[in-house]
Amino acid sequence: MRNKLRKYVDKLKPHFMKGGKLEKLHSVFDGFETFLFVPNTTSKNGTHIHDAIDSKRTMIMVVVALIPALLFGMFNVGYQHYLAIGEAAGFWDTFLFGALAVLPIVVVSYLVGLGIEFVVAQIKGHEIQEGFLVSGMLIPLIVPVDTPLWMIAVATAFSVIFAKEVFGGTGMNIFNVALVARAFLFFAYPTYMSGDTVWVRTGTTFGLGGGTPVDSYSGATVLGEVATSTTQNAQLTDIIGNPIGFWDGFLGLIPGSIGETSTLAILLGAALILFTGIASWKVMLSVFTGGALMALVFNNFGPDTAIAHFPWYNHLVYGGFAFGAVFMATDPVTAARTDKGKWIYGFLIGALAIIIRVLNPGYPEGMMLAILFMNIFAPLIDYYVVDANIKKRLKRATTQK
Amino acid sequence: MANLIKTKRGLNIPINGRPIEIIGTSTLPKEFALIPDNYHGITPKLLVKEGDEVKAGSPVFYEKQFPGMNFVSPVSGTIKSIIRGERRKIISIIIESDEKMTYQQFEKTDLSKSTPDEIITILQQSGLWAYIKQRPYDVIANPTKTPKAIFISSFDTAPLAPNNDFVMSGQMADFQTGIDVLAKIATVQLGVRYGKKSPFSTVKNAVITEYDGPHPVGNVGIQINHVSPVNKGEVVWTVNPQDVLFFGRLFNKGIVDLSRLIALTGPNVKSPQYYQTIVGANIESLLKGNRITGNMSHRFISGNVLTGIQVKGNGWIDPYATQITVLEDGNDIHELMGWGMPRFRKFSMSRTFFTFIFETKLMRRLFGNMKYKWDTRLMGGRRAIIMSGEYDKVLPMDIYPEFLFKAMITNDLDKMEALGAYEIAPEDVALCEFVCTSKLPLQQIVRNALDYMKKELE
Repeated sequence: MRNKLRKYVDKLKPHFMKGGKLEKLHSVFDGFETFLFVPNTTSKNGTHIHDAIDSKRTMIMVVVALIPALLFGMFNVGYQHYLAIGEAAGFWDTFLFGALAVLPIVVVSYLVGLGIEFVVAQIKGHEIQEGFLVSGMLIPLIVPVDTPLWMIAVATAFSVIFAKEVFGGTGMNIFNVALVARAFLFFAYPTYMSGDTVWVRTGTTFGLGGGTPVDSYSGATVLGEVATSTTQNAQLTDIIGNPIGFWDGFLGLIPGSIGETSTLAILLGAALILFTGIASWKVMLSVFTGGALMALVFNNFGPDTAIAHFPWYNHLVYGGFAFGAVFMATDPVTAARTDKGKWIYGFLIGALAIIIRVLNPGYPEGMMLAILFMNIFAPLIDYYVVDANIKKRLKRATTQK
Repeated sequence: MANLIKTKRGLNIPINGRPIEIIGTSTLPKEFALIPDNYHGITPKLLVKEGDEVKAGSPVFYEKQFPGMNFVSPVSGTIKSIIRGERRKIISIIIESDEKMTYQQFEKTDLSKSTPDEIITILQQSGLWAYIKQRPYDVIANPTKTPKAIFISSFDTAPLAPNNDFVMSGQMADFQTGIDVLAKIATVQLGVRYGKKSPFSTVKNAVITEYDGPHPVGNVGIQINHVSPVNKGEVVWTVNPQDVLFFGRLFNKGIVDLSRLIALTGPNVKSPQYYQTIVGANIESLLKGNRITGNMSHRFISGNVLTGIQVKGNGWIDPYATQITVLEDGNDIHELMGWGMPRFRKFSMSRTFFTFIFETKLMRRLFGNMKYKWDTRLMGGRRAIIMSGEYDKVLPMDIYPEFLFKAMITNDLDKMEALGAYEIAPEDVALCEFVCTSKLPLQQIVRNALDYMKKELE
């Protein structure tokens, strides 16, 4: 099987090389070839052996880590739908509805993003980079399920081109690519990105489901409820008015962006990328610490609003906090790159996210803006951490003489 | 009581083919070579022509910048050929041995009465100067600059490295003389492996420091960084322990005897062991005495798998190498979907492979050491730096390697200087290159940057 495949690839190869009739698709061919077979270029000088890890395996690990959140997100989309229209549906019906609603978004995100990557790689004449494998999965998970597909396409194209390729591609970008797509949607089409009507699909999906929402239905997210609450201690409810608490937020059968609702599913993914060492535990831990501490400060000394008195543990499980902490803040390219820097970077993301949630009246969620904001500051944090090392070296040089 | 320095960062790569402590029988080859490129950064000026007779220790060429600095023939015989490349650059000088080993006699000098300047002159004349390197820049030392110290690491922690305790047995008198010679010029700092009874712990005339930790703690660069880091304007010299013997022999016997024990190592060597040979020898005769296993194409490395030079099967032992490693080349291996397969017999420092299970104490006790499959593939495509913190895990120096590399890639002299480029040599970052997810040629980057710095700042 492997040999047959290899022979086939070898037979095709000349067509895609320089002078071949499909030369313009060289990058695409190369992308697929290295996807199928580990490249067998050998080292010419320098170390003669190499660690078996490469960028592909690294990225695939993150994609695998996103699968629990994706699958749960699919189920939850169906669950919220049938809950809203007051119909009972079995597990598979529920899942099928959600899967059919979510898959087109995933497909559009990958098609548009990878398409651009292929073209850019061909123009620049380098290999296709794997970074978008992760971004392409992140984008569907951080948008409301009712986002029109063309918007996903526009936002993905915008962020891949302007947040990544103009900076030089994977590894060179300043901002997290998926979050830029989200921010683009948020500022370009605000009515599709917030409010009470976008989080739960009440209409049909490919003819499945459909119905009128029950009387007590309200499509607001929990953070939305708290933001508009008139009393200091907001009563949390699900979309049909049943009271909920911390554990509902942790399990995630609540309205929200597709992949962000279940802290449990997110933590499953976190376990994988932390264990394999791909994500920095320092960043992750410090985001949660920063968020919890800042929320505690508001709980005790904050203004007289419901969101300021939203218990600190609820802050961590509702909204996009956990998803951002696990999958967005830990993006190594846009995070701080020194160990000390990672602690500061993560802590400030957590703290800022809660500050935005509590003090910004316009929008109940703060994670996206906090991370994008800290993306800007990550190089500055590193600058000061590295500068301390430089100063130490300089001092050593001058005192020893 | 010697100082003890422990390092935690680093990595011992589990590769099999460690040499057993036996000296194999082998005959000396007929041909030897001097390759100017092996002495990084010099401009050779020839002193011989084809057909000339040379003795062991006769000068063959000298360095253009320092005319007294000779590079000498390791054996007696005739200059067989001088091979030149583009623009008449000297590629190699092949010497055919007459198999008699007649030595050029040097005056025996009384160490106690000689001055540092006299010693430096003798070392340059006898061609042994080439074995003294300097930090910064990791090049042959500039004889006009006085070093603040001379560092020698008595142990080698590189993969499959020879055991210097074994190599030195019976030669400690020459080693001690070599140390005495160097101690005349500057303080000698000798690094010794912690917790091992070693002949080096009783060496006199040197400051002994004990080190403990994974590779690269045996690298002299790491030891300098911990004991006396190189600041701007300072110079430190470094010598390999086996080369100290050359100094000792010169001052004890008045001859240049470049013979040394070489370890033939690597997973594809039938019985890895030591061989007595001479610097510059053709490796073919050594390989003949042993069997190379596997039917794949092989790679022969003069040196270890991290820092060695790729040579042909009939190539030459470079002057600084103490081992030869044979590996599978791997350019004909096609591994299906490497990103998703378990790949049990691949090693990785990250936990994206199953290495972490095999490397636990329990698994090793139950099943012994895992035999990983090694070949020279990069195992991935070259990318921009993506992961952070990888390099820090294997570089036990007070340096931010990633930032230093970025300064080096962009030729930013001020940044390089500020971030510690004076302290680093390519061999120190070899492990960074090994673990790099983005497969960057970091040793080459450092080498190029150091050359650029030297050119701009000196």
